[in-house]
Amino acid sequence: MKKFMKMYRTNLFFAVGTTICMTWILIAIFANFLAPYDPLLQNMAEKLKPPSGQHWFGTDRLGRDILSRVIVGSRLSISAGLITVTVAATIGSIYGGIAGYVGGVTDNIMMRFAEMVLAFPALILAMVIGVVLGPSLYNTLLALVIVAWPTYARVMRSVVISIKENDYVESSRALGASNFRILSNEILPNTIGAVIILATLDIGNQILFFSTLSFLGLGSPPPNPEWGAMVSDGMDNFLQWWICTFPGLAILSIAIGANFIGDGIRDLLDPKLRKEF
Amino acid sequence: MNLAKFIVKRLLFTVMLLIGVATSVFILSKMVPGDGVSSYLSPRSLANEQIVEAFKVKWGLDKPLIVQYVYYMKNLLQGNLGQSIRTGNQVVSDLVKNYPATIELASMSILLATFFGVLFGIVSATKRNSLIDQSLRAVSVTGVSVPSFWLAILVLYVFYYKLGWAPGTGRMSLGIQAPRHITGLYVVDGFITGNYEAMLDSLSHLILPSIVLASFTMGLITRTTRASLLETLSTDYIRTAKAKGLPKAPLMYRHAMGNAAIPVLTVIGVGFGNLLGGMVLVETIFAWPGIGQLAFQSVKSLDFPSIIGVSLLIAANYAVINIFIDVMYGVIDPRVRYDR
Repeated sequence: MKKFMKMYRTNLFFAVGTTICMTWILIAIFANFLAPYDPLLQNMAEKLKPPSGQHWFGTDRLGRDILSRVIVGSRLSISAGLITVTVAATIGSIYGGIAGYVGGVTDNIMMRFAEMVLAFPALILAMVIGVVLGPSLYNTLLALVIVAWPTYARVMRSVVISIKENDYVESSRALGASNFRILSNEILPNTIGAVIILATLDIGNQILFFSTLSFLGLGSPPPNPEWGAMVSDGMDNFLQWWICTFPGLAILSIAIGANFIGDGIRDLLDPKLRKEF
Repeated sequence: MNLAKFIVKRLLFTVMLLIGVATSVFILSKMVPGDGVSSYLSPRSLANEQIVEAFKVKWGLDKPLIVQYVYYMKNLLQGNLGQSIRTGNQVVSDLVKNYPATIELASMSILLATFFGVLFGIVSATKRNSLIDQSLRAVSVTGVSVPSFWLAILVLYVFYYKLGWAPGTGRMSLGIQAPRHITGLYVVDGFITGNYEAMLDSLSHLILPSIVLASFTMGLITRTTRASLLETLSTDYIRTAKAKGLPKAPLMYRHAMGNAAIPVLTVIGVGFGNLLGGMVLVETIFAWPGIGQLAFQSVKSLDFPSIIGVSLLIAANYAVINIFIDVMYGVIDPRVRYDR
């Protein structure tokens, strides 16, 4: 925490990133109070209106207030990013950890499988899964996790392999510690850093990827406000620039914030890089 | 191990990888409810049980899964990708038709991304922590954070609709004939055949989509160049060279750049692989008749033969580029040995 505060003071980008993300998290939490209109309320008399004092971000083709939809949409995007990263990091780390710790043929088979998933073009794989299983929020998240986990598995495996040869692991084994105990007490604490770096760097990517899938119509069904789907509405109403501009800016700002934080945490946890930046 | 052996080993591994990709598409295609019969037959035929049965017998769908898989693999290994359900063409001919458009766009994007990325990275590293370094860092983070589909719509709105500086979607303007087919790359074909009107027209159509696509890769290249150059500059041999009084320019260009180049080269290669396979959205928005658009349309209509073709092509691209990068390592840095 002390380190964190120091970074906040000394690393401008980290401070900006944290501020952006904290703002978005607060907006997501208090969305219902902040949104000036009901995000689902249709008002055909007010459709396709440019930004004005009444509707700061304008209205879409059903007369819904875009500002309200952007505000409420933050909930879905942020939780999708966090859920995907958490689940993928957990599954991937366990998978890679087992592969690295056990080694041998098991390791070989497990990692070839992970590489096969990685070799698959990510967007096409996610789209196929989405189309095959049908568009729903749950299926979209499943597709995101399926695409994301192998990266964690690879990183975790390489870290575990480099750690398990260390003397302190050997001595723990010599003292008669069980495999489970070695994993939880000796190896896990030393690997968590690498996974956290990867995960924070990944959150921005996953929010982007989620919005990409929702842009393609694979997400929660239409009336719900979702940034990617809103940009897609904007493409259908090409001349009304405000419809796609504002949700796109929302995606951009949160991805920038997440990337700044990820960079900062990498600098903090990776001492080799720390002196470089 | 020598270079040839290394390449052969990597190619064998690539073939295994492609078999894996093909297998996973097969599994996915079997997860579609009703064997995917519904995407082939009309609703009326679907209601008739006899027709459905006959269809299944014709395509071997009545056989056990493992037999189907063996047939499927046998065909693939003979290079028979089958017929696209959506277009009715051979999958291979669809791929051959669309691939040049993607290569042209990806090459243009990677040129832009490399030029600006390396330039920005070098400026950033030499003027470290200055205002210009900070702003370039902000630019590169914005580049990797911007949603490409949104940027695509935005630049079309501003530069095509509002300002009229750039042409709209597609590879050529209406009324201009595509140049005679030689490579399939319109700019190159136009140049070779002396059809400069077509060459300039297709070049101007490349500008907007390639800027959109370059933004992400440029961000990555800038960051990598900066970090790698800074690391090299802090090594002992550079300090020695500095102490000997070597001027700044040869120090940078002759001594530091070579060693800083390997990570940058990797990012450029990976970026090119991403561009060749990851342009689904931008190609669709710009109505660019390439592999990405083909992928999008195939997935939307669950045209599995075509999905397999596209996936295999993209995975093969990645693999070949990776092998090429590994070989280049040895060219740049003679210490690298291929004996893993």
